[in-house]
Amino acid sequence: MPDYSWPAAEQRSLIGKRISRVDAPLKVSGRAKYTYDVTRPGMLFGKILRSPHAKARIVSIDISAAEKMPGVKAVHIIQQPGSTIQWAGDEVVAVAAVDEPTAEDAVRAIKVEYQPLPHMVSDAEPPAGAGEAAGPLGEDDIWDALDQMPPAEVAKQLGQYGVSFKVTEDLLEDMKKYDVPSEVIEAARKATYHEVKEGGARSSYQKAVEQTQGDPDKAFAEADVVSEGVYGLPVITHCCLESHGSTVEWPDKDHLFVHISTQNVSGIAGQMAEPLKTPAANIHIHQDHIGGGFGSKFAADRWDITAARLSQKAGGKAVRMMLERDAELEVAGARPSAYARVKVAAKKDGTITGWQSQSWGTGGPGGGGMPPIPYIFTIPNLRKQHTAIRNNIGPARAWRAPNHPQAALITMAALEDTAAKLNMDPLEFFLKNLDITGPRRDVYREEFGVAADLMGWKEKWHPRGQNISGNIGRGVGLSLHTWGGRGHESHCDFTLHPDGSVDIKMGSQDLGTGTRTCILIVAAETLGVPLEAIKLQIGDTMYPSSGGSGGSTTIGGVSSSTRRAAVDARDALFAKVAPSLSAQAGDLECVNGTVRVKSDPSRSLSWKQACAKLGAMPLTIRGNNPDKSKPPDLTNSGVGGVQMAEVEVDTDTGIVKVKKMVAVQDCGLIIDLKTAESQCYGALIMGISYSLYEEKIMDRTSGRMLNPDMQFYRLAGISDIPQLVVHMMTGKGYDERGVVGLGEPPVISPGAAISNAVANAIGVRVPFLPLTPDRVLAALSQKAGA
Amino acid sequence: MREDDDPKKPSQESSGVSRREFLKIGGITVAVPLVAGPRVVEAAGEPVKVYGPGKVPVELTVNGKKHALQLEPRVTLLDALRDHLDITGAKRVCDRGECGACTVLMDNKAVYACAVLAIEAQGKQITTVESLMEGETLHPVQQAFVDNDASQCGFCTPGFVVATKAFLDRHPNPTPDEIRRGLSGNFCRCGTYHGIQQAIAQVARKGA
Ligand code: FES
Ligand code: FES
Repeated sequence: MPDYSWPAAEQRSLIGKRISRVDAPLKVSGRAKYTYDVTRPGMLFGKILRSPHAKARIVSIDISAAEKMPGVKAVHIIQQPGSTIQWAGDEVVAVAAVDEPTAEDAVRAIKVEYQPLPHMVSDAEPPAGAGEAAGPLGEDDIWDALDQMPPAEVAKQLGQYGVSFKVTEDLLEDMKKYDVPSEVIEAARKATYHEVKEGGARSSYQKAVEQTQGDPDKAFAEADVVSEGVYGLPVITHCCLESHGSTVEWPDKDHLFVHISTQNVSGIAGQMAEPLKTPAANIHIHQDHIGGGFGSKFAADRWDITAARLSQKAGGKAVRMMLERDAELEVAGARPSAYARVKVAAKKDGTITGWQSQSWGTGGPGGGGMPPIPYIFTIPNLRKQHTAIRNNIGPARAWRAPNHPQAALITMAALEDTAAKLNMDPLEFFLKNLDITGPRRDVYREEFGVAADLMGWKEKWHPRGQNISGNIGRGVGLSLHTWGGRGHESHCDFTLHPDGSVDIKMGSQDLGTGTRTCILIVAAETLGVPLEAIKLQIGDTMYPSSGGSGGSTTIGGVSSSTRRAAVDARDALFAKVAPSLSAQAGDLECVNGTVRVKSDPSRSLSWKQACAKLGAMPLTIRGNNPDKSKPPDLTNSGVGGVQMAEVEVDTDTGIVKVKKMVAVQDCGLIIDLKTAESQCYGALIMGISYSLYEEKIMDRTSGRMLNPDMQFYRLAGISDIPQLVVHMMTGKGYDERGVVGLGEPPVISPGAAISNAVANAIGVRVPFLPLTPDRVLAALSQKAGA
Repeated sequence: MREDDDPKKPSQESSGVSRREFLKIGGITVAVPLVAGPRVVEAAGEPVKVYGPGKVPVELTVNGKKHALQLEPRVTLLDALRDHLDITGAKRVCDRGECGACTVLMDNKAVYACAVLAIEAQGKQITTVESLMEGETLHPVQQAFVDNDASQCGFCTPGFVVATKAFLDRHPNPTPDEIRRGLSGNFCRCGTYHGIQQAIAQVARKGA
C-alpha cells in the first residue's frame, strides 16, 4: 500500500514554509480576471428594478415604455402582480440593454404600483411571552441545533415537533458525511412532515430553543457571585468588494455558459438546472478569481437565474448582471444579530457553576439560528431560551464562522464581567475554568501562555477602570474560540505528461485564502519539482468536482485529494522508471527535480528523462477526498485559538482605538505558513472592523437600510490597524493531526476580546457592538450615574 | 475626511465638465441637438459647456496609447476603461468615490476613476495598474505586495497598488502617520492592510 501520509517534518521542503501566493503577480498587476471583468461578444448589461418598500403587494407592473426604448433587448418580470415583497431591495423587474446607461434608463421607465403593507425591521428585545411555540424544524434548524445541544436533545425535538420540509436521502447522506450521530439521522428519517404555509399569518417571534441542564436554580442559589448583563451585536453585511453576480449566455438553446462570482463552482450548475429546466450537464460554470465571498456566495441567486432568462429572451446573447453596491449591501448577505440577557453563577475561587440566558436576534425573514451559547465552556447547570425574530430586513447568509462571533461575544463578555465582579484577572479566571472547555483545553492553556507573553498581559492588565490617566483609559481583553474545519469532498485529475509537464484539474476555487498555492505546494512537495513546473486549473465544471469553499473545509479537502493523486502518480512513475535505474520502485525517491535511488543518489534521472519513460500516453490519476481505501485520513477537525486585544479609549469623545492585537491559533498541519498567517491578520482586521464600525442600520419608518454605501457602511481602513501579532501553533502535537481549515476561526474572537478590553479600560461594559463613541459615552454616563 | 493634500481631489481644471459645472447643468433644461462639439450655455451667471445627451466623440490616452471612443457624456472614466477598452485592472466597487478600488493615475495624480467623467479625462495621461510592469518585471511596489502577501482576494489590490505608487512617489520615506493618512482612501475587505504596511516599508527601505 502506498504511503499517502504527510511527509515528516525533516522531509518537507515546501509544506509549512512561507511561500508567496502563486497568483499574487496576476493580482498586483491587474491581470487577474474576475467575473466582473468578463466581457463577452455582444454582451448586454442587465439591471434590476428593486422594491422601495420593505413589505408590499405588487398591484401592477407596466413595462411597455421600457420595452420600446431603443437598445433595450429584453425585459423580464421577476415577481408578478399579486406577489408580496418581504424586504426592501427585493427584485421586481429586470432589463437587458446594449449598454449600462440605456439599461438604467429602461429601469427608470418601468412603472410599478405597490400596495405598501406594515413592515417590521427592528430586532429589539421581544416583548415577554411573545414567542410562538416552537414549530416543525427546518433544515437549517437541524444543523443549528446540532451545533448547540446534545444529539439526544436534537433527536427528541425532531420527534416532538417534526419537520417543515421533506427529508431526502441526500440530506441523510450529508449528515452521515458530517459525522452526525445515528440517533439524529434516524430521528430525522422518521420525523413527521408538517406543511408550513408560505405567507401565513405567523408571529414575528418564534421560540427557537429552550433547554435546561443540571440544576440552575440550585447553582444560582448557592453561588458566591452572580453577574448579570446584556450583550449583543447587530446585523452586519458581507460587503464583498466584488459584488454578487454573473455573466450568463446561451451558446445554443440547450446549453448555458455562466461566469459567476461564487464560492461554489462545482455546486452552481445543479442549482440553476431546476429553475431553468436545463440539465445540469448542459450548464458550464467558470470562474478564475473571486473578489470576496465570506459565506455569502454559495447560491445561484435570483439575479443569476434572471440573467439567464434575459439572455434567453435576447437570443442567447451574454447578459452581465452584477449587483450595484447598494443592492449588494441591502440584499446580498447579512450576518444575523444576536443579543442576550445573561446571568452567570460562580464560586469565590472563580469556578463557573451556572448560566442562564434569554437571547434573541434576527436573520431576516427566516428568523435565524441561535448562537451556541455558552460558547466553548460546558457549564454544568444552565437554562437558556432563544427567540428568533422574523422581520423584513432581507435574508441572512452564512457569514464567516456562522453564529460563532455572536456566541463568543455574548459568552466571553459575560464571563469577563463575572471575573471583574470576583476581582480576578480574567486570564486567571479563564485558565481556572479550562477544564470545562472540552477536548482542546490543553491547546488553549498553551496558547494562553504564548498570547500572554506576546501581549505583555501581566504588565498591561490592571483591575477594571484603574488604568485611566487624564481622559485616556487603557485596557486589555481576551477571548477564545473553536471551529471544525475538516476537509470537504474533493476530486482532482492529476496528469504526468511524457514531456515532463504536470497538470492538475480541480473544480475548486481560490477565495484569496491561498488555495491555488496550497494545492501546488502539496503536488510539488510530493513530486520533488518546483511549484512553477506544475500547471493548475481550477474554477470550472469541466474539472472534477470539489466542494464549496465554506466552513474552512477547502484546505483539508483539496490538499488531501491532491496528495493522494500525487503519491499515486509518483509511484506509477517509479514503476515505469525502476528498470532503467536497475532498482525496485520502492527504492526510488524524487528530490530536486530528479528521480533517484534512495541508497545511491548517483543513480538518477532528471524529471524530464523519467517522465519520458511513461511512453506515448500521459498518465492521469484521479485523487479523492475522503478516500477510505487510501488511508490515512489526511485531514482533521477541531481547532482552538485565543486572542488578546489592547485598547485606548478617550473618555471625553468615546473614541476607541485598538493598539495591539495578538492571535494564537492552531490548525493542524500548515501547508503554507505565509497565507495561513495572512488569514489571521485579515481576520483580526475584519474583527476590528465589525467591532468598531459595522452595522446594517435599518430605518424603522421606511423599512430601508440607511447606509447601503461604503461611506456610511464603514469598513476599517489602514489607519485603524494597530500592531498585529500572529503566532501559529506548529510542530509536535499539531502537525501530526493532519490539515485543518483556518478561514473561520480567527475571525470569531476579535469582537469579544476588544469588547472586554474596552470594559477593562473604562470600568464599565459597553453592551453592544459596534463600540461607537455614542455607545461608549452612554455606558460611561450610566456608570457615572450609578 | 479627505486630506487637503489628497491626490484624489477632482481637479478643478479640466477640458470637460467638472462635477461643479455638472451640478449647475442639472438646474437648467435645454434641448440639445446631437452635435459633436459642446454647446455653451449660461448657468448661474457663468458659461458652461454642454455635451450630449447622445454619444459624443471622446479621445482618451491610456497607458500611452490614444483611443477614440463614442460615449455618452455621463460615462465615467472607469466604465470607459472597463467596458469600452477592456482595461479591467481598476475595479468597480462603490462607483461613487468611497473605496479606492478604481484608483488610476491622471497626469500622475491618483484619482478615483469612478468619480471622473470620461470626457473630463481627455487630454490627460491616464495610467492604470496594467502599465506599471516593465515587460514581465513587476514594479517594486507590485513586487513588495507579492513578497508581503498584501493581497488576498485581490479585488482591492490594483487600486491599492496604484495608490501606493502615487503615495510613495511623493513620500519616498513615509512615517507611519503619513501612511495612515495617505492611504486612507482605499478599503480592503479581506484585511490586507498589515501586508500593505510591510510592503510600503520594504519599498521605502530599498527605494523604488
Ligand atoms: S469604485 Fe471608485 S472609489 Fe469605489
Ligand atoms: S484583498 Fe480582498 S478586498 Fe482587499
